[in-house]
Amino acid sequence: MESFLFYIFGGIAVASALLVVTRRNAVGSAIFLILCFFCLGVLYLLLQAHFVAVIQVLVYAGAIMVLFLFVIMLLNLSQIEFGRIRNLALKVLGAALGVVLLINILGAINRPQLSEGVPLSEGFGGTAQVGMLLFSKYLIPFEVASVLLLAAIVGAIILARREF
Amino acid sequence: MEFTLPAIKIGAIAPELILVCSAAGLMMLDAFAKERGKTLLPILSIVGLALAMVASLKLWGKSEVTFAGMVAVDSYRVFFNIIFIIGALLTVLLSMNYTPREEIDRGEYYVLVLLATVGMMVMAAGTDLIMIFLGLELLSISVYVLAGFARGQLKSNEAALKYFLLGAFASGFLLYGMALVYGAVGSTNLAMIAETLATPHLPARVLLMVGVGLLVVGFGFKVAIVPFHMWTPDVYEGAPTSITAFMAVGVKAAAFAGFARVFIGALGALHPDWTMVLWVLAVATMTVGNLAAITQSNIKRMLAYSSIAHAGYVLVGMVAGNEVGRASMLFYLLAYTFMQAGAFGVVIMLGQKGEPRLNITDYAGVGHKYPLIGVAMAIFMFSLGGIPPTAGFVGKFYLFGAAIKAGYVWLVILGVINSAISIYYYLRVTVVMYMHEEGEEVLAVSRAPAVALALILTSVATLGLGIFPSWIWEPVQKTVNLLLG
Repeated sequence: MESFLFYIFGGIAVASALLVVTRRNAVGSAIFLILCFFCLGVLYLLLQAHFVAVIQVLVYAGAIMVLFLFVIMLLNLSQIEFGRIRNLALKVLGAALGVVLLINILGAINRPQLSEGVPLSEGFGGTAQVGMLLFSKYLIPFEVASVLLLAAIVGAIILARREF
Repeated sequence: MEFTLPAIKIGAIAPELILVCSAAGLMMLDAFAKERGKTLLPILSIVGLALAMVASLKLWGKSEVTFAGMVAVDSYRVFFNIIFIIGALLTVLLSMNYTPREEIDRGEYYVLVLLATVGMMVMAAGTDLIMIFLGLELLSISVYVLAGFARGQLKSNEAALKYFLLGAFASGFLLYGMALVYGAVGSTNLAMIAETLATPHLPARVLLMVGVGLLVVGFGFKVAIVPFHMWTPDVYEGAPTSITAFMAVGVKAAAFAGFARVFIGALGALHPDWTMVLWVLAVATMTVGNLAAITQSNIKRMLAYSSIAHAGYVLVGMVAGNEVGRASMLFYLLAYTFMQAGAFGVVIMLGQKGEPRLNITDYAGVGHKYPLIGVAMAIFMFSLGGIPPTAGFVGKFYLFGAAIKAGYVWLVILGVINSAISIYYYLRVTVVMYMHEEGEEVLAVSRAPAVALALILTSVATLGLGIFPSWIWEPVQKTVNLLLG
């Protein structure tokens, strides 16, 4: 069952990633990127990393994509169709870099220490464990982060308020 | 996994807590008070800062790490807290008359100054890369907004946007560097990093070195060392002058607090590797800062380039890396706080709404018409240039002495040459004030009792540190052994 789901969502992720770079329309690319992020989230779930999966959806598919779409709309990119890349040197360079990356990934997968693996502790990467750490070891950074958000909110209101 | 709450010692974070609570209180007051109540805002910020100062001083002489290895309680932190609080106090004093004049007197102004001060304190207290990063971000975000606080002025907007874009980029570099160091060493805790690096064979050396390089870029941006200084003149010129003073003294000192704690404390084992880089950067920073300052006609830009040059002098202490070097860094940063804040105070004192006349030549005749302001400005300029008997001279003496002791003779020679160059443009201000023919009319002094108080405090402190340096030098030497608590 797990490997079945893995192949389905992995396949969708790869297909949507390809669509992201092949679409001419920027908004279309962005939508497929969201789909890709969602599929990655499912893959994290299959790896028992619930917390990472939720964060993937919340932060990437949520917040970061909103930023992407904002920028696309602000710059009015949806009106502009991206033309074909004419420069042959660029094409060759891009292909070469892609091949290098592929070789690197394949090399990394075939390494012996990766295939052995280390057994994870119980509940690793789960929300419970992250929460425990957040309120014990990382208590102070967690609290500082809340002050940071407060400062950011005050700043945003100050800069965006209509009357001064 | 068992849940164990770390020992919560409120006393260890009391200065930060007090400032966060004061900031929250100010927000409430600003929201609900009538017009008259709002005049209390700066007073209450001063009270909060004073309480935080008392709470900090109570931690003096301790040496421990609390909150699961995140927060250091040591004299190094206390000394930096003193620098930050003095910087913030002077900023509040400079702002009390300045913000109403520029019509930017909103309560959030003081809230953000206090929150930025908390960020600085977190940077000095952090013994974990995460803490240092969070402190830096808290500080930076508050200051981005403060730089753009004069919303009606184009220059202020430009300053905020430039500072934000480049600052966010630099934060990215810093975070990436931290991630790589974590990847190479396996811990974000500074003490753990130092322990791992002390073992003879370093793991993943390339990863580590790239990480350290990125850390230099990230910290270098905040400290404004060449070649990461491009933003400084524009941002310092465009930001409200009181905030420029805050950036020049507080932000720089905070960045140095984190810089030194990470590099000398955690990466001390790599000292031979990063010293050469910092050596070159120190010389470049001093030279570019001073040479560029000579050509400036706007006094805020001139002071901006001078602040770049001074970052170079402080770097000399870091390159030296010995105990005297670290102590002299702290001493110099304190001395620099007084003289630089004072110089900006004079700029505010002689400014009008919108600050139309900021050229150095506009200062002609000031020395005769306002003798006290002229004397104060002369003291700050002498001190910045390093002429005895001022704090700047003693500070440079300690810095260069430490570098000689560590064997960096050429660095000191180049530093002294730079110091001599800098005297030209510092003295030019004095010459203009006293000896130039008055132009169409001498600058008018604005009625600003709080700024006057700040000027008195800073000029007395600048002279005091120059004449009785041992009052500060002796306690400061106690801070240096405790870099990791």
